[in-house]
Amino acid sequence: MDHAIWADGLVKRFGETTALDGVNLGVRTGTVLGLLGPNGAGKTTAVRVLATLLRPDAGTASVGGYDIERQAHQVRQLVGLTGQYAAVDEMLTGAENLLLIGRLLGMPRPAAKQRARELLSDFDLTDAADRAAKTYSGGMRRRLDLAASLVGRPQMLFLDEPTTGLDPRARSELWSLIRRLVSGGVTVLLTTQYLEEADALADEIVVIDHGRVIATGTPDELKAKTGSQTLAVRPEDESHLPLVTAVVGELTKSTPELQGSRVTAPVTDPAVLPAVVRRLDDAGVLVTELTLRGASLNEVFLSLTGHPAEDGDGDEGPTEGSLT
Amino acid sequence: MTAAATTAPPPAELSPRVGLAEGLRQTMTLAWRTIVQVRHNPWELGDFSIQPIMFVLLFTYVFGGAIAGSTGEYLTFALPGIIVMNMLFITMYVGTGLNIDLTKGVFDRLRSLPVARWAPMAGRILADQVKQAWSIFLLLAVGMILGFRIGTDVASLLAAVGLMLVFALAFSWVSVLVGVLAKDPEKVQLFGFTALFPVTFVSNVFAPTDTMPGWLQKFVEVNPVTILADASRALMLGDETTGTQWHVASATTPALQSLLWAAVIAAVFAPLSVWALRRRV
Ligand SMILES: Nc1ncnc2c1ncn2[C@@H]1O[C@H](COP(=O)(O)OP(=O)(O)OP(=O)(O)O)[C@@H](O)[C@H]1O
Ligand SMILES: [Mg+2]
Repeated sequence: MDHAIWADGLVKRFGETTALDGVNLGVRTGTVLGLLGPNGAGKTTAVRVLATLLRPDAGTASVGGYDIERQAHQVRQLVGLTGQYAAVDEMLTGAENLLLIGRLLGMPRPAAKQRARELLSDFDLTDAADRAAKTYSGGMRRRLDLAASLVGRPQMLFLDEPTTGLDPRARSELWSLIRRLVSGGVTVLLTTQYLEEADALADEIVVIDHGRVIATGTPDELKAKTGSQTLAVRPEDESHLPLVTAVVGELTKSTPELQGSRVTAPVTDPAVLPAVVRRLDDAGVLVTELTLRGASLNEVFLSLTGHPAEDGDGDEGPTEGSLT
Repeated sequence: MTAAATTAPPPAELSPRVGLAEGLRQTMTLAWRTIVQVRHNPWELGDFSIQPIMFVLLFTYVFGGAIAGSTGEYLTFALPGIIVMNMLFITMYVGTGLNIDLTKGVFDRLRSLPVARWAPMAGRILADQVKQAWSIFLLLAVGMILGFRIGTDVASLLAAVGLMLVFALAFSWVSVLVGVLAKDPEKVQLFGFTALFPVTFVSNVFAPTDTMPGWLQKFVEVNPVTILADASRALMLGDETTGTQWHVASATTPALQSLLWAAVIAAVFAPLSVWALRRRV
């Protein structure tokens, strides 16, 4: 199979912290890989290693067939990177920021200006083009940063939590932009904390936690493993709980969980919901809550690891402030 | 978000490294960027234009009479040293700018591009040289208006300017180190100026060494600021002031000593800075 990105046993330590603990992953050319994980899982570290910003302590990786350590310069020519935090020069205007990147990539001045104009209009920044980036809102900076990574029309795009801090409209526009880039042949490595986002964009998902890959598969495969959605039913009368549990268990073919006076269960087949309604109605059970919602990352974690996703920064990272 | 978001076909062959000409072009682009930043940030422009002029005016008219008995004579003595002092203060912007790039992630963005590894640093230092040249020119012009006269020839003046630029080049590495070690840009300024004030004021920039207590003279005499100020005075004033209390020594010795100091500073701080930078990123 043709892999644009390939990593084999990547290890990266920061002092006591092992940020990457033998990560393997492969991204086929022209597809999107979603790197999914909670805070401190090692997503940013993985992206930085693959973008040649950090040297791994062990393991190898290649991008576009080029070794990230020995052929870093070639890798840099292929990759456009958008880091987790917008990296724009606040003292320059939006247009100058993009012009700078274009010039650094070797474009002649008129071509770099033209490209900057195109991208500014694509990212809805034309009106702000000649304002210093320090006057931009968080979302505008984010969009400028994304535009900066596209100046050189890269074959590969590394996006570290690209939609964090964007409003819903900007988020859905970014999603369609990513889809359009992929249909044009670009390979995308995208990190996210949201299963929903990985589900919407990724051809394949790699779930990492504590620097280790804990699951790999297509969104459907992962959903099959974890239940894509969660059904929650709360009967008005608590004495109906056993009956509700039995009905939900039978229809979802799973063992429902009891959270207070609420019964929850993973659901893969959407037809379950009307069936549950019918059965409970027939049995004369009144419900105060009946919902079907997307599985949260937490639930995916729970089912993958057996432990809820915890804040990795809290127990491992350098903690700021102290208990007094 | 429309047409611009498409890709070009992959280049047939990717070059394995940045050529020298390409790296120099990138350096120019990055220097351009630093100069454009100044245009958007008049506050910085004021720092290396208005502030030194204030210094010249302050020392000439407020203290000059008391120190030298005549403001005109004092200006002649002090201006070359004030230019040296100002030069050292301006180098701090190399560290401040670098620190902003490091804390805002711009440095990482530059490193992720196929850009020569040395270009970001070279671009900053090149831009610093432009700022330095501008400041020297400005201070000389203001000095001339107030009555300062070059007592030598154009070649000596250019030698003085060249000497200062070489020293600035070396001293930039001190600024780079501060910029890499400091947590945020404010700390660069704070630390830089706290260190620079004693070094620049405990020199013979504002008063002749022999007016100071003996223990202080020892420090003042080896202070590179004194040495560079001596060299600049000699190259700019020549024999004009010989015979007055502001005796000007020959240029050769202090000029060579300045170059030696520059070499030592660069030899110590350039590797240290590069090492600190490697650790930080
Ligand atoms: N420069 C560094 N120095 C020390 N520790 C670091 C450094 N960078 C990352 N770490 C640690 O490595 C671990 C992984 O961090 P990383 O930033 O890769 O996580 P992440 O998955 O991107 O998290 P988030 O969702 O919060 O962005 C964390 O425990 C973090 O504290
Ligand atoms: Mg991260």
